[in-house]
Amino acid sequence: MYDTGKIIIGIIIFLVLFTSPFWYGPATGSSGDMPDPIIHTKDMPGKDACVMPGEYMRASHMDLLNTWRNDVVRDGHRIYTDPDGKKYYRSLSNTCMDCHPNKSTFCDRCHDYMGVGQPDCWDCHVEPKEDI
Amino acid sequence: MGVDRRKFLTIAGLTTLTALGKKASSVLPGNEDSSAVFDPMQPVSTEGKRYALVIDIRKCLKGEGCHDCIDACHLTHNVPDFGNPKDEIKWIWKEHYEEAFPKQEHPFTDKGLKEAPVLVLCNHCDNPPCVRVCPTQSTWKRDDGVVMMDMHRCIGCRYCVAACPYGSRSFNWRDPRPFIKDVNAEYPTRTRGVVEKCNLCAERLAVGKIPACVEACKHGALFFGDLEDPESEVRELLGSRYAIRRKPDLGTSPQVYYLV
Repeated sequence: MYDTGKIIIGIIIFLVLFTSPFWYGPATGSSGDMPDPIIHTKDMPGKDACVMPGEYMRASHMDLLNTWRNDVVRDGHRIYTDPDGKKYYRSLSNTCMDCHPNKSTFCDRCHDYMGVGQPDCWDCHVEPKEDI
Repeated sequence: MGVDRRKFLTIAGLTTLTALGKKASSVLPGNEDSSAVFDPMQPVSTEGKRYALVIDIRKCLKGEGCHDCIDACHLTHNVPDFGNPKDEIKWIWKEHYEEAFPKQEHPFTDKGLKEAPVLVLCNHCDNPPCVRVCPTQSTWKRDDGVVMMDMHRCIGCRYCVAACPYGSRSFNWRDPRPFIKDVNAEYPTRTRGVVEKCNLCAERLAVGKIPACVEACKHGALFFGDLEDPESEVRELLGSRYAIRRKPDLGTSPQVYYLV
């Protein structure tokens, strides 16, 4: 084979560049522009968390919303009891968005970053007016 | 010998007594929550209920041209006004007596009644044809008789629109958002491509309120209640006055009753 060395070096350079998005962040310790959602929480005595711990909400809020949606619309179960025994009225527009009235700086920031754009919730559910 | 006859009979007797006692205590009035204040965090039980509407046509007609109930409903549920009958979204509206009650009029029907606009809405049938034809089960009958819609699941096939003999279902041919004057943020709007209809204010029933149309009627022509409760106002009305239903011969068993 001619120019073995050059070809192998070329392949290595190609692979390094091609996989750069995966190792660049961890290697340099910078993760680039991270979304910075603003969390407005209303006064909730003895509680600074959501209906579930933040970690769960970050990872699985979409599952929770789907479950709530089905429970409310199809089964009429409109009350939710969190692990601490606190009760909530299950409603996207009236409960979730009551604590998080800033859709553009809460929902959208991460959704845009993750490239999951606008979920179709807002085709029907009314966005809260943002005055904060 | 483990259990002799005496012991067996004692145990059997005590078991029966306990069971009877439990049953009795659950139907005793003192056991019910008698507080009148509604707690939204206490789920409203739909068990053993059968909701229905009773409309007093004469009383309704007295408020000539009144459409408070329609306005209240449309405001509560973000019903759009497209301004043309082709795209119209109907939850509660008026229909001529003859059209609302075909075959129930005759040449000598009271003229005032015959040409009268009668309030009509989804009948929340006991045997709803719309539910039978829905291929995605996005419409179904709840335990309490409310024929519900799940907009999330509606694919817009319009089988239900064709099946409903009362014209109670409307299809969103266009995006309704721009045609809603005052948007009620507490209730979702709909999107293009779904069917909608009256939901008997399921969202209000859930928090212990009566339907918006009944609440808005200042002529006392609309009544809402539980047909399974023999003491209820609707049962009293139906038991004491003559009531008709829309197209009863179709076998859908509509649950909106009209006092004539």
